[in-house]
This record gives sequence, C-alpha cells and structure tokens, in this order.
Amino acid sequence: MSALQESNVVEESRLVEESSMNTTSRLEACFTALKQQNRPALVSYLTAGDPDAETSRRLLQGLPEAGVDIIELGMPFSDPMADGPAIQKAALRALENGQTQAKTLEMVRQFREQNSTTPIVLMGYYNPIYCYGVERFLTDAAKAGVDGLIVVDLPPEHDEELCQPAAQHGIDFIRLATPTTDAKRLPKVLANASGFIYYVSVAGVTGGSAPTPERLESAVNQLREHTPLPISVGFGIRTAEQAATIGRFSDAVVVGSALVDCIEYASSGDDAVTRVHGLVKELAESVRGCRENG
Amino acid sequence: MNKPLSLPDANGLFGSFGGRFVAETLMPLILELQDEYATAKNDPEFQRQLAYFQGDYVGRPSPLYFAERLTEHFGGASIYLKREELNHTGAHKINNCIGQVLLAKQMGKKRIIAETGAGMHGVATATVAARFGLPCVIYMGATDIERQQPNVFRMKLLGAEVIPVTSGTGTLKDAMNEALRDWVTNVDDTFYIIGTVAGPHPYPAMVRDFQAVIGHETRAQMLEKQGRLPDSLVACIGGGSNAMGLFHPFLNDADVKMIGVEAGGKGVNSGLHAASLNGGTPGVLHGNRTYLLQNEDGQIIDAHSISAGLDYPGIGPEHAWLHEQGRVEYVSATDDEALEAFQICCRQEGIIPALETAHALAEVAKRAPTLPREHLMVVNLSGRGDKDMMSVAHHLGDKFGVKNV
Repeated sequence: MSALQESNVVEESRLVEESSMNTTSRLEACFTALKQQNRPALVSYLTAGDPDAETSRRLLQGLPEAGVDIIELGMPFSDPMADGPAIQKAALRALENGQTQAKTLEMVRQFREQNSTTPIVLMGYYNPIYCYGVERFLTDAAKAGVDGLIVVDLPPEHDEELCQPAAQHGIDFIRLATPTTDAKRLPKVLANASGFIYYVSVAGVTGGSAPTPERLESAVNQLREHTPLPISVGFGIRTAEQAATIGRFSDAVVVGSALVDCIEYASSGDDAVTRVHGLVKELAESVRGCRENG
Repeated sequence: MNKPLSLPDANGLFGSFGGRFVAETLMPLILELQDEYATAKNDPEFQRQLAYFQGDYVGRPSPLYFAERLTEHFGGASIYLKREELNHTGAHKINNCIGQVLLAKQMGKKRIIAETGAGMHGVATATVAARFGLPCVIYMGATDIERQQPNVFRMKLLGAEVIPVTSGTGTLKDAMNEALRDWVTNVDDTFYIIGTVAGPHPYPAMVRDFQAVIGHETRAQMLEKQGRLPDSLVACIGGGSNAMGLFHPFLNDADVKMIGVEAGGKGVNSGLHAASLNGGTPGVLHGNRTYLLQNEDGQIIDAHSISAGLDYPGIGPEHAWLHEQGRVEYVSATDDEALEAFQICCRQEGIIPALETAHALAEVAKRAPTLPREHLMVVNLSGRGDKDMMSVAHHLGDKFGVKNV
C-alpha cells in the first residue's frame, strides 16, 4: 500500500469516527487508524520557516505524501535551551529569514486547505507564545487547524499558563516524560496530559546520541502502566533502522535533527525538499514494516 | 507593599515573576535542590560551615569604607563604599559560590558547571571547585573570552575547563543556554552554580540569600559607625545579585532608598543597551519570568554594554517585582558615564573598580552632588577592575599613551 493510500485509510477511519462522535480529534483518529494497521506513527519535526518561508511551505505540504503521520512544526526561538546544534541552527535560519509566530500559524492554515487529516503539533518554547498573547495565540492556532502543542519549558507546575487554556480551545497539550521523571512525579506529569505522551529518550538535548532500545522499551512499558494515551519516543532517532526498532514497542517515533540536517546540507531549496522527503520515505517504509517479523 | 522578605511563594513566584520554566528533565532535580536548600537554610551545621568559609577563606566581613575624597569631589552626600572587591577573587561573586558548592557537596554532586560573562563568576566558581576538589566546566561566550583574557587564564590556572560559546552573539545569555544544555545532559552528577539572582526557582532566592551577607554587614557596620541606617543604597545591575544582596535586608526599612543601575550602553533609546527594566518587557527566559530585551515576537535581543558582566538581556525576577512595586528605583548609566566614573574612582580613592561597578558610581556622580552631607549613601563596590584593563585601554588608551595592555 502506498503512503497516499494509507493516508486515505486514516481519512476514512476518521470520517467513520467523526460521524459517531464528532469530538474525535485528528490525533485520536490518527492513532486509532494506525492501531488497526498495527504500526507506529512516523512523526517528523521541522522548524517553520527553515530555511526560508517558501521552501518550508513546500517541505510541509509534501510530508503526508512522503509518509509522515503526524507533523511537528517548530516555532523558532532565539534561545532554544533544550535543542542541540542542528535545531539551534534551523531556528536561526528561520528567524534570519523573517519567520514569526503569525507566519507559522499562516503556514498551518494554508496546509489545512489541502489536508484536513494529518495532525499538526506546534513545538517550541513559551516566550514567543507568551508575547503573542496566550488567548490570542490559542484562538488563532485553533482557527488555523493546530491540533496540539509541545512547549518544552512549561512543566506541569505551570499548567495554568497554557496547558489548561489550551484544553478550552480543544488543543491537546502534549506532555514530555523523561528518564528523570520518577514514579513519584509521573502522576503530576500525566495529570493534564492529552493527545499523546512524548517520551524523551535520553536526558539531554535534541540530536544527541541514541538510547539503547532495551532501556527504552522498559521505560515505555512502565509509562503504559500509568496512562492509556499513545506513547511516542523522540530525541536521538536518526535512521530507518532505529525508527523500526523503537517503533516495535512505541506508538510513534519522532525524527527531527536528522531531517533538519538534510536542510543544512542541501545545496538549494529544491535539494532540501528532495533530501527531506527522501529520508521521510525511507523512514516511513521502515516503520510500516517494523512489526511484521516478530 | 506586603511582606517583601517572605517572597518568593512556594512556587518560586515574586508576584507574577520568577517560577520554574524549565524542561521536564530538570524538574526533579530542581525540586530536589529546593528541598536540600530549604533544609540547609535551617541547618546550624551548614550555616556554621558557610560562616567559616565566608570568614577565613573569602575574607569577610568586607569593610564599609567612608570615601572621604569621593565625598568631597562630588560635594554632597557622604559616600560609603561596601568593599566587596576586597573579597577573595575580587568581587561579590564568591559569596554565592561558596554557598552553592557546600550544597553541591551535601547533595553528593561530582561535577560543577557555570556560565560566566565578565569571568568573575567563572573565576569564583573555578576557585571553590578547586578548593573542594571538584572538576569544573565554565561556559563563556566567545566574544567575552576575547575581552576578558586575564580571567580566562585565571580560570584555567584554577583547573577549570573553559568552553567558548559561539552561538548567538557569544555573550552571557548564550553561555547560560549552553550551561543549561550541559546540565540537562549530565543531570545526575552535575551541580549548576548559577551566578546571579535569576534562573528557575530556587536559584533567585538562594543566590539572594547567599549574597544578603552584604546587606546584613552593611546594616550592622553603618549602625556602628553612624548609629543609624543609611539613607540610600546604590548598586549596579546585570542579573542583579550584588544589588539584591545589598538591598534585601533593607527592604522593610521604608526610609532607606534603593537605586539599581542598569547598563545603558550607548543609551536606552539607542537600542544598544542592557537595561531590561528601563528598555524591556516581561517574558520568559532561562527558567523564569522577568523583564527581557526582546522584539514584539518574543525573540530575545542581544544586550550591549561596555561591561561584560552586565551584558545580559534579562534581570532577576525579584528586581522585576520590586520595579513594579516601586520599592526600588531603577535607572541606567551609559558606557561613557561609566568610564568617566571609573576614572574618578581611580584618582580620588585609589581604587580601580570593575566596569560593572563603575555604572553604580556613575549614578552616584549624578545623585550625590544634589544631596546634603548628612545623607548617608552606600555604594556596593562589587568588584575590582583589574580584569578590565584591556577594555579600558581600548577606550582610553590614547589618553594615557597606552596602545595595549
């Protein structure tokens, strides 16, 4: 089955769900459909506006066809404390080319004109949202078709800032769990979580070294005992092989820095699109087959 | 204004400022640190050790010196200098480092990291790490390394590894980003000694408490010398630790006026400055909500100051709160005003102040002449200026026939 046919499967399943229960979110529909297919979601991360607005728009538009199930779109920030060099540079390229919060939301709106099924999760840091104005941001994001938010520097202790207001706008607030989140703390982390849980595979910044699959599997299984939400794994996943290994036991695998690197090494906008969508296809094929042989 | 001495609240908030805006990876550690510090604060043995090192190692108490010639020069208020530059390592920074390294030992941490701007906090951190036998990594902006070579050499002599940070403009905020990245990667064994009253809770309160020894001593010393409290306190502000250390013990004394002096760079209207309160807006960076230099889209703007130690686009959250409460007056001094005051202090008192401190002295130059001799003004002489010889020579070298130092 081609990637395109598969996204139709997701579409159909969503329509079925929507007719019975019209509160089903794009994220829920996506995970339900993938569960039926017995495969994990492929989640891509790219920074909005990287390397420039037009290339970024083309990159985004082509992701579902290349095989991405859920799109994480980075909101660039001047001081990305939790990111490694690859995504730091991506944010700088985007900002130097004039990317703003408003332009990022506009990208999502345009994407939604073509695609009403692929979930989009905006990822970044709190300050650009705070400066945009939380209510205004949530209103505009919901209108544009944003499904979820991952905000690295908003732990549950600050849920009243954005997590709770987001819920009122029907936007999922995706919580990060990490290797340092112990059993005592986990209930607090999961309390207001929605959409899915993002398990940060290693204590560190994005684009770092890969975790061992054994440790990851036991961490994911432990998480499952505490939450019915789908569990995605990210940080340090670069290759199709890694994605397949981790996709055997997780509900989604996130690839970010490896895709962003494709943009850095590209010789032109066209080349960036070819490279990024090329790697996505490889990853998509790999996660699609990952649970077939054992 | 209600009970300023009881803040922050349990969530680390001073009004709406402060908080714990950090990645989940760091949260368990930050909560542990909060508990450890709360225990240490009331632990007589911890306090005994702290007092011992502040005395015999740092050289406290630092004198409160009546600056007779400076007083005459300005012809107004009586000027007292709180001589923090006489501390071991030449600035107030070590007051905090001693406290944090004792906490690090208590928590069983095996490795120390820190960010530094001018290098004074880096030197103080490298110093206490050497004293306690802990490996130490200092993150320093590449631009700052260029303008603060003597301090880079000092840190290396003390056994620290100095890592140049090239992201952003290679100054203090970028060094702090990089230190946070190190911390999140080495969260199990590493203690991050933040150098100012900023960062996630409990740092702003903890650093303030360790620096409050400045204000406590000043209070006792002025009572002994003059039988009353000072009328005004003046201190320079980057992140704001020396100012908070001096101010905090006086916050409930309504008659004591406090003036914080931000780095005005080329002027607050020029866009080239480091005056977060006078030229910034509230935002969230480096773990806390405070006033920041940023554009309308929430992107942080680089600060500018002749002084590397003030070259930071934020300010401690407690200062942001005191600013909104109106308890402390926040003003700014430009690069040129600081350089002028720097020279006056050298010639009138035989004390070479740090360029950071010179910003406080610049405010004294404006304010003291308008006040009567009975007005007792205390200036925090937060650091000595040896480290700034290259920068000063760059700006004033021609005047003295010096090309390079």
